[in-house]
Amino acid sequence: MRIKKRKSEILEGDLTPMIDMTFQLIAFFMVLINFTQSETNDMVQLPDSALAKPPDSQLENLVIIHLGQDGTAVMNHTEVNYLGLRHYLDVEYYRIDVQTTDNPKQTTIVIRAHKAAKGGMVQELIQICQEAGFENFALRAEENINSAPKYITPLGG
Amino acid sequence: MKIRNTDGEGEKIELQMTPMIDIVFQLLVFFIMTFKIVAMEGDFNIRMPAAAPQAAPPDQMEFPPMKLYLSANEDGTLAGIRLNEESLPTVQHLNSRIQELIGTDGGPSRDTAEIEVGFDYDLHYEWVIGAITAVSGTKDAHGNVVRLIEKIRFNTPESPNE
Repeated sequence: MRIKKRKSEILEGDLTPMIDMTFQLIAFFMVLINFTQSETNDMVQLPDSALAKPPDSQLENLVIIHLGQDGTAVMNHTEVNYLGLRHYLDVEYYRIDVQTTDNPKQTTIVIRAHKAAKGGMVQELIQICQEAGFENFALRAEENINSAPKYITPLGG
Repeated sequence: MKIRNTDGEGEKIELQMTPMIDIVFQLLVFFIMTFKIVAMEGDFNIRMPAAAPQAAPPDQMEFPPMKLYLSANEDGTLAGIRLNEESLPTVQHLNSRIQELIGTDGGPSRDTAEIEVGFDYDLHYEWVIGAITAVSGTKDAHGNVVRLIEKIRFNTPESPNE
């Protein structure tokens, strides 16, 4: 029998489609990556609300306070019981007043409280902030994705 | 001029793909590992100066601020709702009642309406947000948000032992 002599060739796969896909995947994850980790805290599980829509424009001059279920507050990476926040708020007020051109009274205190935290603790926290001189507050809630409103009735419903 | 006849004429230049693919996959793995789906968040704005100068004593105002009080069970769940002197069974009823009050000509308008929210110390915060949601707006049949009361403030807190 005659055996056909084959010329040995290096087989090369076409890499173009794979690289296309990989770059598309990278672009997808790059666009969606969220670097605002400092605004979240693992100990806080926000209450949900059907009306909690993200603001159209990003608020400026924010001070974010996380309030855990047990009364632990986190502000500027400092963890302290919420009743002991006054000192840190005074420092923050002074810092905004002296080191920036902003008016500390226009600064918004964003309160990210755990949904099972006692409401009275949130009230006390607001009072402590008021005593430090802050006036504007924002209570943060998670957008209720299932649009079935848990707490509100549709008009005419 | 003599043109040099190179031996490699017509030779295919091959790019080294391996390092690029290495890096690209590392990038891909990094982005996949750090990917986290975060639910969108929104704010309810409350303006509460420490000593708010009042325009007029409440009894002389055309529409004095409404008063809402939420009472709690021992486990922190909602026990009852009182709007002014009226008892309401659920947050849905509160929302409907606010719609009635704001929607009528005889009541305060959306811009002037004001509400003071009070609650038991132990009431869980999610119920407070639920009540604030109910007084601050509603959704129409098309899912658009209809604002109700925008001026919301808390009353002075009472300590748990009082």
